Amino acid sequence: MLDYITSYLNSSTTPGQAGNYFWATVYILIIFAGVSIAVMAMNWIERKALAHFQIRLGPMRVGPHGLLQPIADAIKLLTKEDIIPDGADKLVFWIAPLIILCAAFTTYIVIPFGPTHAVTDLNIGILFMLGVSSLGVLGVVMAGWASNSHYPLIGGLRSSAQMVSYEVAMGLAVVAAILMSSLHGMGFYGVASNGSATGVGTLSMIGIVQAQNEQQTWFLFKFFPLGFLAFGIFAIAMVAETNRAPFDLPEAESELTAGFHTEYSGLRWSLFMLGEYAAMIAVSSIAVTLWMGGWMRPFPHWLAGDTWDLVFSLFPGITFLVLAAFAFLGVIRMPKHPLFKIQTIGLAGFGAVLGLIGLVLLLPPVRYRILDIYWFSAKVAIFMYLYIWYRATFPRYRFDQLMKLGWKVMLPLALGVLILTAILGVVL
Amino acid sequence: MNPTSNLDLDTRQETFLDANELIINMGPQHPATHGVLRVILKLDGEKVLGTECVIGYLHRGVEKIAENRTYTMFNPYVDRMDYVAAVSNGLGYCEAVEKLLNVEAPPRAKYIRVILTELNRLASHQLWLGTHALDIGAMTPLFYTFRDREEILKIFEKYCGARLTTHAFRIGGCLYETYDGFEADVKKFLAFVPPKIDEYEELLTTNRIWLERTKNVGNISAKDAIALGVTGPVLRASGVKWDLRKAQPYAAYSDFDFEIPTGQNGDTYDRYLVRLAEMRQSLRIIDQAVNKIPEGPIMAKIPKVIKPAVGEIYHSIEAPKGELGYFIVSDGSTQPYRVRVRPPSFVNLQALDLMVRGQLVADVIAVIGTLDIVLGEVDR
Repeated sequence: MLDYITSYLNSSTTPGQAGNYFWATVYILIIFAGVSIAVMAMNWIERKALAHFQIRLGPMRVGPHGLLQPIADAIKLLTKEDIIPDGADKLVFWIAPLIILCAAFTTYIVIPFGPTHAVTDLNIGILFMLGVSSLGVLGVVMAGWASNSHYPLIGGLRSSAQMVSYEVAMGLAVVAAILMSSLHGMGFYGVASNGSATGVGTLSMIGIVQAQNEQQTWFLFKFFPLGFLAFGIFAIAMVAETNRAPFDLPEAESELTAGFHTEYSGLRWSLFMLGEYAAMIAVSSIAVTLWMGGWMRPFPHWLAGDTWDLVFSLFPGITFLVLAAFAFLGVIRMPKHPLFKIQTIGLAGFGAVLGLIGLVLLLPPVRYRILDIYWFSAKVAIFMYLYIWYRATFPRYRFDQLMKLGWKVMLPLALGVLILTAILGVVL
Repeated sequence: MNPTSNLDLDTRQETFLDANELIINMGPQHPATHGVLRVILKLDGEKVLGTECVIGYLHRGVEKIAENRTYTMFNPYVDRMDYVAAVSNGLGYCEAVEKLLNVEAPPRAKYIRVILTELNRLASHQLWLGTHALDIGAMTPLFYTFRDREEILKIFEKYCGARLTTHAFRIGGCLYETYDGFEADVKKFLAFVPPKIDEYEELLTTNRIWLERTKNVGNISAKDAIALGVTGPVLRASGVKWDLRKAQPYAAYSDFDFEIPTGQNGDTYDRYLVRLAEMRQSLRIIDQAVNKIPEGPIMAKIPKVIKPAVGEIYHSIEAPKGELGYFIVSDGSTQPYRVRVRPPSFVNLQALDLMVRGQLVADVIAVIGTLDIVLGEVDR
């Protein structure tokens, strides 16, 4: 048994490929916990960042600077009365949030946080990812229909139409990236000019990142501006796919109160939210994997060498130290009043924990191991920030305009990019 | 449902392939109906086949209350009609009673009235912009406009002690002389606000999504607007240059130089531009007024007990939302025999059905927002 567990430690593949169920389970649990914590953190960050965009303070009462607000919210939602409307289809009503949640979390199986840091590496990874994440539509439609109410019904119909139409453009943009993974200097698809296997295109998430590594470029910059366009299409489609502003029509509060989850409350509602945020992180991860070099650090080839490796390996520790510095700045700026004593101590403790993590991450054995996950998370964080930024800036599209954008602009554009990528791959 | 409804509430499905028509009740508890407006929508999918407004959820019988109050006692009640533009309401009522009494407020009082009313117009437009943008999905302008509106409310608070329902004016003039530093405060505000208006414009005016959501949405032609009695920015956006401040100058408006901004298409975007331009024109008026405000008394000689002669009067002013008229009948006693208010929101709301028929559900929200209704005024 112990041998079974330790045998994986020497392997250089993902636990799924090594066939090690123990470590696969451990990875799944870590990812589940990590994503749940990330969703809670995102909840706090979104409220704070949005508040600062809008000259407000955001949560300030529960814990120092509202740091405990997500926990308070979670407790509130868990203890709320569970209401199922009289006319609702109880079974479907019950299943719908679970489907959304499962669809969002299942995608994490193939997301590569590092060359070996994934539950498994499927040879059809990206296809699996798109397929599973699009199952979320089912949950939305079921929730809208099962509520047996007008607003949720319209919300459900809207979002099913929206998610299905943007999936097309999204898929085409992804195909462009897959084509890029097979291009290696002169040569046709699947066959590299020099006969090496690296010319072969791949659908594996890890393979796509490795292809970017070997071609020494992020696909974002490949065949400029084609890679950029494909990435742009994906970046827009993924916002529509996750029903976020400015494409948040299914839950357009000013028209449909809350869209498909109008009738949901308490725990079930929180499952929807958990699913939505998990899906946001999941699609951002696809974007990072396909176009932004996945776990690779910036400029792995241009700024190569031991010195630069050392510099970039210090980033995780420094990031946490900066966060700790912000926390201590907050401690200094806390009002000097007995009422704020506990909050001040709490914030100082939080800062100390962050600082300690930062120091641990600076230790040589740790810092080289954490690097892949750090860069991947940092890139995903950029997208999460963009989501908040969009929400603060843009008005909401109208339904027909959304469809027009999806079918008449994004789809032809994506097709054009795909064809040009294919031609360039053959010609160059 | 409303028995007198002119909306055919039968939903039908002619053939198997036709979509079911749907009746949806929007409001009175709905985040985007600006209070307690209830709109019955008949939908074919997302397309609006017809609407029916059900009002009266905020009816407080203001006009009836007037019959049991003296002229002076009724004055604070008018603030509660359009509560985001209370100063304008007060101005209209005070001027109407003054006309009935045949007195005129002294020039200084008139200038104070103009300054405060124009500040209130600005505040009203800011509140409109914030909520309208929020309805269309842009959250941030709301907070920006509220931040800047706060400065206006601070001036009101310093002047008369109240922020919202100000009761700033009295019949015959003003009760309060301006406080020390009033001019300085107003001038500071005049310097403070233009960059903020630019900021709103930066967020919205050329925003692609904003343009798509507002251009060619809720169009109303000048002819229809006039036929329906629509006034205010909604009428001006259709290209009619009609502003009571110019057409029938009241208070001290004839002393000032300002433009009447108009639009061409009569769509939601034009109404947005017209209101933004009006905000700038208001600043212009305030600037002129505060620079040449005359010295002198602020109260005309009016009797202690207001007892107008038998007669009737109609007086209207250009409130932020349109023509606000007061029709007062006096029977010679201390209480009005009848007060009838012509509220701009109520009349403008009539145009809703015409403006949204054939458009989408999301446009209903945009149009309700652009009409700038306040339910306190619609229902009274």
